[in-house]
Amino acid sequence: MTAQLPAPSAAGTEGPPGAVLEVTDLEVHYGLRRRRRQALHGVSLSVAPGETVGVIGETGSGKSTFARAVLGLVRASAGRIVIGGHDVSAYGNRQWRGLRRRGVVQYVFQDPLRSLDPDLTIGESLAEPLLVHGVPRDEAAERARAFLPRVRLSDELLDRLPGELSGGQRQRVAVARALVTEPRLVILDEPVSALDSANRVQVLEILRELRATGVALVFISHDLGSVAGIADRIAVLHQGELVEVGPARDVITHPQHLYTRLLVSSAPTLRTAPADREERKALRALLHA
Amino acid sequence: MTTLSEKTKSTATDRTPSAPSVLAVRDVHISDRVTDREIVHGVTFDLTPGTSVGIVGESGSGKTLTCRAALGILPPHFEVSDGSIEICGTDITTLTPQQWTALRGATISAVFQDPASYLNPSIRVGPQIAEVIRIKKGLNRRQARHRAVELLQATQLREPELVYSQYTHELSGGMLQRVLIAAAIAADPQILIADEATTALDVTVQAEILDLLADLRERTGLALVVVSHDLAVVAQICDKVLVMRQGSVVEHGPTRTVLHDPQHEYTRLLIAEHEQYGLEKFRTPQEAS
Repeated sequence: MTAQLPAPSAAGTEGPPGAVLEVTDLEVHYGLRRRRRQALHGVSLSVAPGETVGVIGETGSGKSTFARAVLGLVRASAGRIVIGGHDVSAYGNRQWRGLRRRGVVQYVFQDPLRSLDPDLTIGESLAEPLLVHGVPRDEAAERARAFLPRVRLSDELLDRLPGELSGGQRQRVAVARALVTEPRLVILDEPVSALDSANRVQVLEILRELRATGVALVFISHDLGSVAGIADRIAVLHQGELVEVGPARDVITHPQHLYTRLLVSSAPTLRTAPADREERKALRALLHA
Repeated sequence: MTTLSEKTKSTATDRTPSAPSVLAVRDVHISDRVTDREIVHGVTFDLTPGTSVGIVGESGSGKTLTCRAALGILPPHFEVSDGSIEICGTDITTLTPQQWTALRGATISAVFQDPASYLNPSIRVGPQIAEVIRIKKGLNRRQARHRAVELLQATQLREPELVYSQYTHELSGGMLQRVLIAAAIAADPQILIADEATTALDVTVQAEILDLLADLRERTGLALVVVSHDLAVVAQICDKVLVMRQGSVVEHGPTRTVLHDPQHEYTRLLIAEHEQYGLEKFRTPQEAS
């Protein structure tokens, strides 16, 4: 199994130079005055070209806020975001829109209907980001067609509308749409959470294959298991703080932070071990102390 | 009043191989009377005090219908068309509606996926548990309140007195599921059916609920039926497992045997999914054994 994974990149938050995404001391607040709540507390994370980083968090961890912040969908109250060498921290809405339109950073959400226009055929949806890049219409259509096998869809689907596809097919179209322009960075927020197990495995396999194109993936999920299979590094968010970052194998086999230890110990596996129950109890007591 | 600890003594001696079944499901077939279609094609299992049976399958496999048959709450026009179900030696076909009402809660009880929909949002949660105790155990208001707080404490809620006086919207999903478990065990049942009871919860909260069920089982001799789409959830706490697909039991046996030596292709698929895209792949052979 080890052989399938590329050598883990440098551990910790220090990304190598030329990182495609560099987030430093990111803070995000929601609400005003007395209702003001902090969703992210000084999060720093760097993603190298071609690297897959899993960001793990449960309800209220701030993982979706993190995704939205690096896509410019929520404004950071402090900190720096550098995407592909450009400091985008001070970008306004128009500049962010431009960035997303140009496909500098692409995204896939949990619900594919959110990333697909219901009135565009699959072919049109896939060609559109290429057209925005100035690819001629014929070539865009051809590249869209050529990409379909890579997400294991047949080109019979090109003329269909998203509503006519199954959930699993739609999510594979959303993945294709995000990757067809060959972006350097794709943010995936819970991309397999709404899928049944067969479709989940298929989308994970597709993502694993697509990593070979050199794209960097930020895979945000509540499920350590689905991220474990494809991430080089894993970052753990807990109550708005990044409590642990490291090579996937290390985080899973030797979790350092109390919360990570509880998370790993809580993940259901096929092994029955009453000892785990005692360990979890002890960890909960320590964590809540 | 039977307290949790008193019940432990009685069940500790009962837990012999020859202990009588509290729930005996014998070749149960369930049909839709309107379409005359058979949905469940023969399910058999025995549940003795302090043991647990897991039923695994995807939606539509018939696992929930089987549980509902055992609770006497099959949807309209569904019926047990063949086979038999006995609860503590009583064939359920002989039960009158009054006898069913007496049996539910006091002998057989259940919790489901969406705890909030089983509680009244405009009444504090504590009194809803106390009401069960007053009716089922014949205690007065003051005693029932006291007992309800005890039960909330038994489900490891950190501030049982506070939770008693809270409304559903003030509680998280995990806390609500504990409240429901408290209500379900309020009348000291011998059987608890947990149907996808942890599916909607974060993984650390899911583990807390599963650990709680395992504790209750050990402390009180409660017999469990755990229904889940996830084989790993069932593997955590069940001695025996049934794998269902399209209304048929495709595999059954002791959990260990099923996990280590699966006979049916579908079971192998469920296991393979975990091994490829779960934490299993990170465990060394020694750890996995």
